[in-house]
Amino acid sequence: MSTTDAHLIFERSRAGRSAVAQAPRDHAATRIPANLQRKSAPGLPAASELDVVRHYTRLSQKNFSIDTEFYPLGSCTMKYNPRACNSLAMLPGFLNRHPHAPASHSQGFLHTMFELQEMLKEVTGMKAVSLAPMAGAQGEFTGVAMIRAYHDARGDTERREIIVPDAAHGTNPATAIMCGYEVREIPTDASGDVNIEALKEAVGPQTAGIMLTNPSTVGVFERRISEIAKIVHDAGGLLYYDGANLNAILGKVRPGDMGFDVIHMNLHKTFSTPHGGGGPGSGAVGVGERLLPHLPVPHVIEDGAEGYRFATEADYPETIGRLAAFAGNAGVLLRAYVYMRMLGREGMQRVSEFATLNANYLARELERAGFDLAYPERRATHEFIVTLKKQAKSTGLTAGDVAKRLLDHGYHAPTTYFPLLVPECLLVEPTETESKETLDGFVAAMAAILEEAGRDIDTIKAAPHHLPNRRFNEVAAAKALNVVFEAPAEADTLARTGTSG
Amino acid sequence: MPFIPHTEEDIRAMLDRIGAESVEDLFDEIPADLRSPPLTGIPEGENEMGITRLMQERAAKDGMASNFIGAGAYEHHIPAAVWQIATRGEFYSAYTPYQAEASQGTLQLIYEYQTMISRLTGMEVSNASLYDGASALAEAVLMAVRVNRRSKSKRVLLPGALHPDYRKVVRTLIGNQGIELVELPFDETTGQTPVDALAPYADEDVTAMVISQPNFFGILEDVDALTGWAEERGIPVIAVVNPVSLALLKPPGEWGTNGVDIVVGEGQPLGAPLSSGGPYFGFMTTLKKHIRQMPGRIVGRAEDADGKPGFVLTLQAREQHIRRSKATSNICTNQGLVVTAATIHMSLLGDEGLTRVAEACYANTHALVEKLAAKGIKPRFTGEYFHEVALDFGGDAANRVQTMADAGVLAGFELGRDYAQLDGCVLACATETKTESDLEQYVTTWEQAA
Repeated sequence: MSTTDAHLIFERSRAGRSAVAQAPRDHAATRIPANLQRKSAPGLPAASELDVVRHYTRLSQKNFSIDTEFYPLGSCTMKYNPRACNSLAMLPGFLNRHPHAPASHSQGFLHTMFELQEMLKEVTGMKAVSLAPMAGAQGEFTGVAMIRAYHDARGDTERREIIVPDAAHGTNPATAIMCGYEVREIPTDASGDVNIEALKEAVGPQTAGIMLTNPSTVGVFERRISEIAKIVHDAGGLLYYDGANLNAILGKVRPGDMGFDVIHMNLHKTFSTPHGGGGPGSGAVGVGERLLPHLPVPHVIEDGAEGYRFATEADYPETIGRLAAFAGNAGVLLRAYVYMRMLGREGMQRVSEFATLNANYLARELERAGFDLAYPERRATHEFIVTLKKQAKSTGLTAGDVAKRLLDHGYHAPTTYFPLLVPECLLVEPTETESKETLDGFVAAMAAILEEAGRDIDTIKAAPHHLPNRRFNEVAAAKALNVVFEAPAEADTLARTGTSG
Repeated sequence: MPFIPHTEEDIRAMLDRIGAESVEDLFDEIPADLRSPPLTGIPEGENEMGITRLMQERAAKDGMASNFIGAGAYEHHIPAAVWQIATRGEFYSAYTPYQAEASQGTLQLIYEYQTMISRLTGMEVSNASLYDGASALAEAVLMAVRVNRRSKSKRVLLPGALHPDYRKVVRTLIGNQGIELVELPFDETTGQTPVDALAPYADEDVTAMVISQPNFFGILEDVDALTGWAEERGIPVIAVVNPVSLALLKPPGEWGTNGVDIVVGEGQPLGAPLSSGGPYFGFMTTLKKHIRQMPGRIVGRAEDADGKPGFVLTLQAREQHIRRSKATSNICTNQGLVVTAATIHMSLLGDEGLTRVAEACYANTHALVEKLAAKGIKPRFTGEYFHEVALDFGGDAANRVQTMADAGVLAGFELGRDYAQLDGCVLACATETKTESDLEQYVTTWEQAA
């Protein structure tokens, strides 16, 4: 790689250059009062259209992505994102619809959203769905805020604790705090299930609810879920389902039937909307009977001859309120709708079947290649955990080392060091859209790393070797802290333009 | 099977290696009484051709009316290159850049974004985005409470002339944190938030203050006076701004004497289509001294083992996946793809393009007002406005707006929904996308709707 690759778009700028085709014609100067006017130009790039297109196209080529590499990032469900979902969500009629367009001009969109709500209700076994939350973490917030609204509405205000298993995603405890609750952690037992005795001790009149992921974050199905539901309900608490792992059970078992009162789904995982380099997600929520009055607005309802419209605070006086200025990540919701319609009823359970087949196959093949599974006696769900505890001791090979060396082999790394309770862990989620050949290639790469660790650990410790950069010094980066390009705007435009190519 | 590559032979071979008879066996840990009933409520699968036909019909139903609604989401031209590049698979189907070496494209782009949005707002640092403008304001309020530890009241002043749905979202998201939100009245003549409105709090403990520029009515606030009042009392200021307006308006980093503490806003006008309200992105910029209190992902420059520069996620110790219950926010995924589009959009427009867009928006909205004034329709407020204006349609506004919509013109947002005293007023916006004949069409449909 030549050093010009690291040039920022600002360093490619030249005073007087611009993408002229994009600018509207000149208008008369405004009459904005002088004291409210901007005095100096902001310092955005000054580049031609080709400069910009080439710069960002080349940047894109420095990314690993599902479209270019196997991406078994556990807990993130990095499955193929069908292209039709994107192109159909970007039809002009959808793109140009203003969020406040009248219902008379929105029936195509509203009808689609209503059907999406209905399909999500069906596949989760819940009574109603709101599409408002803009990501999983906001879906979690919504769920716990509804639990709080439920207790408050009953005058049951002494419930101050949310129970969270120690294996939970970090968003769970962070969410409970945002909703004004205290967090009570309970341990996971040796087989990966919730420790029932600890749960029994933890519940009481202070319990507002429990946040659970099932299958859990350690990649196994919580077998005693009905018993857990009874314990929590008997104590007066409610059950919140974190839908991070819904891909594992789609069409097989429904959170509503397991006893959950409220759930969120990550449409960007289970329903294959793009991860986009870190969003946009969509954290639709589903509720049972008890939480129905507290559902966030807006969501789509049928209104007789008028067709479909958004429900507002007037329809739901006990709603927890609004989560976004408008109606959530509509474009993401359209993509999820197209995906669900293409899979159809029979396709839903194929998702979980082949996600599970791939995970179990990959788990056993890695075990044969010499890796240890964290829960070898259990069925893998859609994902599983490999622990490098033994190798870390014997050869010094850590989970982080495996992750970096896998990049050299052309595979994105699994999730590392999560969940926190398994030492030196890799959380591996192959998803249903990968072929046997891809999985076999991944096993071969893992076996090669294990073999290499026995004879040349130093090469692995220095990996990656074949990427645009070697390992970074993150500690130094956090200390020096450079998060914006500091050169003044005038100097940018004088900076030598790098020759690309 | 759509999107599943397995052949019968693959399935057999894989089950053999697992030691299972059937795929069904792999679900034997799920109790039988919990198994899902058949999903009869979901239609049978459609192929791509079939779903394309259906979606085209649905999209066409929502028509192509000429849109003059703004109210927080604005119609702008988006260069073709923006979404063509943003939806390249390498951006579209990557995730949060946890493996920095394999994510330099996304990381460098976010660093460039942080630089652009910091410069536009006149601030020192930025995060990688939040969900939308409204939720970004809620996060800013929580952040301001963390920043201003001296204040005990947890009382935050926010203008009544702030977007009503922003106020609602803030209430939803911070409702359980013991924060008191106080709404400041606006001047019914000018539409501005007068400094006088702050008088009752002159000697009170105030934790933070919000200023919206322009405010919800499109009116320009006297930001120096409002910021100055807060500065005298050591109260952190949160600015809520429209990023396109900042090509012309004084950036919040220069308001008052020393500028504000936190800036947030809706990023949609920078390259995101209207798309029924999302996905958009919320931006947040601040001062270096507050960065550890800022929520969300942050990208920083770093050096690799060879001393070669690159980019990493930094200051992760603030975040939920490390700090769990002590995190600055529960936010995890943000709006990466829309930020990708916005960064390309800002690069294509540059200072000159963005300025011309802002001037065209200003000119078109003012031209519309002139045309309507000739017909006797006046702005409701006397204050200077940027690209949005409250028009007094009179008592029959709701009917007239619907009749205009049926004739192909979405006239604006009816202010009576949130402000009883503004019943009959319509908030209208004419961006650079509107031509002279679009403006004429607005006027003629208004007349015909009488």
